[in-house]
Amino acid sequence: MTASSSDTRILAPDATDHRIARLAAAALVLALVDAGLPSPLPGVKPGLANIVTLIALYRYGFRAAVWVSLLRIAGAGLLLGSLMTPGFFLSLAGGTMSLVGLLFAQRLPERWFGPASASLIAAFCHIGGQLILARAILIPSDGILYFVPAFALTALVTGTVNGIVAAKLLENTHETD
Amino acid sequence: MTRWLRPGDWLVLSLLAAASAYLAVTLWSGGHARTVLIKRHGELFREASLLHDQIVAVPGPLGVTEVEIAGGRTRIRSDPSPRQYCVKQGWLTRAGQVAICLPNATSIELAGGERPYDSLQF
Repeated sequence: MTASSSDTRILAPDATDHRIARLAAAALVLALVDAGLPSPLPGVKPGLANIVTLIALYRYGFRAAVWVSLLRIAGAGLLLGSLMTPGFFLSLAGGTMSLVGLLFAQRLPERWFGPASASLIAAFCHIGGQLILARAILIPSDGILYFVPAFALTALVTGTVNGIVAAKLLENTHETD
Repeated sequence: MTRWLRPGDWLVLSLLAAASAYLAVTLWSGGHARTVLIKRHGELFREASLLHDQIVAVPGPLGVTEVEIAGGRTRIRSDPSPRQYCVKQGWLTRAGQVAICLPNATSIELAGGERPYDSLQF
């Protein structure tokens, strides 16, 4: 029998999809707040959306963190009109490297290492990924190295703060499914 | 505070803080070179910005020395000197670095930031 327009397939979202969509939406709001805050240097910003990525990681596992992170990057690109611009690719490079970092951070013994460690590792991976892309393609000059300490200091502060916030939220809130 | 920061977190934090401090010290000391001083017979032939990729031909007693500027670095690209010392030095990246082609009386020096010495005589 040939397929006709009356043959429909329904892709039903399950509870996991809803959860990820909810988290991604929350991350998206925080990403927009991030983008709206004034910044002394491009790339120096609080990275609040990463709190949500951390919560996704700790509560639902690595796959959820990947989904939430990538959906947020794509969504922020759409909403800010920066999709496919250098800024978007910087964000993607940073986000991807962060996820690689989280994959390793996940394996640290829970007893000694909490969300703050994961957050810090991800923050440094983020600036690392951005710098590699920027140095290789966008600004092919060693002059960019001059800004590295500023980025590192930012990652140190925001990584710690976001990690503590995530730890606090993971402790206080319970599942609301 | 300690409720949300476990011992390992303090370890990670202090390690990364140390790494950041190290980066700041290495990358912000001595400053980043901004220009290259090209000299001929000890006199300034041209001062060129490192932001502008270019090749400068410097005529000397033996022939032409080519100075290349690319990606914020500089080097002697080619030189008529017999032993090619200055060419073999490769890329100069930090303020105060010097490459000298003595036989052709040409030298390049990166300027900007703090110079590690007061003066050079040759």
